[in-house]
Amino acid sequence: MYTFSNKLKIASYILMAVGVVGIAIGFASMPHTVEDAKAIVASHGDGHGEGHGESQAAGHGEEASHGTASNDHGTEETHGEGHDASHDEHLLHQLQNKPWAALYVAAFFFMMIALGVLAFYAIQRAAQAGWSPLLFRVMEGITAYLVPGGIIVVVILICSVAHMNHLFVWMDPEVVAHDELIQGKVGYLNGPFFIARAIIFLGGWILYREFSRKFSLAQDEASDNSNFKKNFRISAGFLVFYLVTESMMSWDWIMSVDPHWFSTLFGWYVFASMFVSGITVIAMVTIYLKSRGYLKEVNDSHIHDLAKFMFGISIFWTYLWFSQFMLIWYSNIPEEVTYFVTRIEDYRLPFFGMVAMNFLFPVLLLMNSDYKRLNWFVVMGGIVILAGHYIDIFNMIMPATVGDQWFIGLPEISAVLFFAGLFIFWVFRALTKAPLQPKRNPFIEESRHFHY
Amino acid sequence: MASKVIHAFYDDDDVLMHAVKKVKAAKHHIEEVYCPFPVHGLDKAMGLAPTRLAITSFMYGCLGLTVAIVMMNYIMISDWPQDIGGKPSFSYIENMPAFVPIMFELTVFFAAHLMVITFYLRSRLWPFKEAENPDVRTTDDHFLMEIEIHDNEEELKQLLLETGAVELSVSEKNS
Repeated sequence: MYTFSNKLKIASYILMAVGVVGIAIGFASMPHTVEDAKAIVASHGDGHGEGHGESQAAGHGEEASHGTASNDHGTEETHGEGHDASHDEHLLHQLQNKPWAALYVAAFFFMMIALGVLAFYAIQRAAQAGWSPLLFRVMEGITAYLVPGGIIVVVILICSVAHMNHLFVWMDPEVVAHDELIQGKVGYLNGPFFIARAIIFLGGWILYREFSRKFSLAQDEASDNSNFKKNFRISAGFLVFYLVTESMMSWDWIMSVDPHWFSTLFGWYVFASMFVSGITVIAMVTIYLKSRGYLKEVNDSHIHDLAKFMFGISIFWTYLWFSQFMLIWYSNIPEEVTYFVTRIEDYRLPFFGMVAMNFLFPVLLLMNSDYKRLNWFVVMGGIVILAGHYIDIFNMIMPATVGDQWFIGLPEISAVLFFAGLFIFWVFRALTKAPLQPKRNPFIEESRHFHY
Repeated sequence: MASKVIHAFYDDDDVLMHAVKKVKAAKHHIEEVYCPFPVHGLDKAMGLAPTRLAITSFMYGCLGLTVAIVMMNYIMISDWPQDIGGKPSFSYIENMPAFVPIMFELTVFFAAHLMVITFYLRSRLWPFKEAENPDVRTTDDHFLMEIEIHDNEEELKQLLLETGAVELSVSEKNS
């Protein structure tokens, strides 16, 4: 049995506490009026704010709808003023979105790790893999985070539907009223259906997770393989459910922040991201537990296999990222290409930096087969991969919610720290609840002797 | 120089692996092992030097990438400038996304084909070459371990039978 070391527990508490403070500061320093927003931008910019007529512009801003919807004012000068004001209003909304978006990106990122591990685990179960049963308890520990992590994401989505933030522009009736494209999608993109879907997705995933865990523990005490077979069956069923719901989840929770834009392989793209992050975390948790003297039967070959997956799925991610990018770049259709134009103009560093971190780095670092067996090498590569996929999610959410006002500052880092702390706490607490090595899995012998 | 060698046959790769480890532990030199299929970890157990084939493969991949870049630059940019997707910039770097599939394919093509050719050259294999297998069964369902005899025939036979060999034969080898 694993005992949660005090050091790690305290570290996770500290991460959570620091994170909460940072998130609170982020929300507290959120601008409430257009003046505040302009002052923030001015102080971040070249220093001299335009003082004149701000209150006047703000007064107009209230009635002008923000965003691209044009408003018909009478004379030319009021039109110009109205446009200015709507820009300011837009800026205010972007800055108000910032702490929310930071929270959402981090919450989604850690939820996605647990979900990716759940998919990996289900594949191992459905394939009746012989090499991995020694790692099943580690995977089950990580997927335990899906319960709190998923619920937090859904709560943030409910806050969005309740108009507590403007992360999803299609939830604003004012915007929909002026936007024919979104009006055409109202049958799918509407608050109640959105939340209902979210609950079905998360409910299904958690249901599978809990049942699979139950059968996995029952198998340890059983005298036959019936629990193992049940686990095989529900895993195969879950994979079908997962592929559909994961894809729809990515449209709902990520792609719909840009409601005009769509990509048909987006679900796969998000899947690749969560899969590689999940596998990386399995490797890192396993290496940590091994370094503390647990999981003695896990040998270098297991780590080698996980590293091979990290390497392979990193390339798979790049393949999907590039497939999405190249077709849109090549055809150059305005409503599609705007997605990448925004990212290349306003997010140049994270957009291209992420490709280096998620592709070049793992490819060059993990190409050599001997390096995949060096634990510290895998951990180092894993940290870069995880950071790269955080930035990947960042690039998916931020351009539509905060625009060019992005910055990886206090709210973003605090949100990551908070969820990292919660993740560590929850995962390692779940690991203490069962023996780290399954006893009666029919493939445990093969896994123990697994050797490449 | 003609020398006497002993051939030990095995019918299972796991048994073979253990046998190789035992023979190595008894400080005998294994000349060669013939297998119907690749056995993972056999090279390490036999104490063979790590293969350098992977390094050549990496270099061939880099060569393929270079060939792709130079070729596409010549064809699409300098020799007959093309308007790519309505973006007539005539610059390689700006049109790079269009060339990535070719760069990727040629990298893989060069790495794979040249590595296989290198492997054949290094193993002295060519079409219509007469097989070197001492026994045809090593292409079907048997594994064969070849050990040179230095006046220790009985001792070797004893050891090999203990490791689970299903058949032993002694023959002259000219090399």
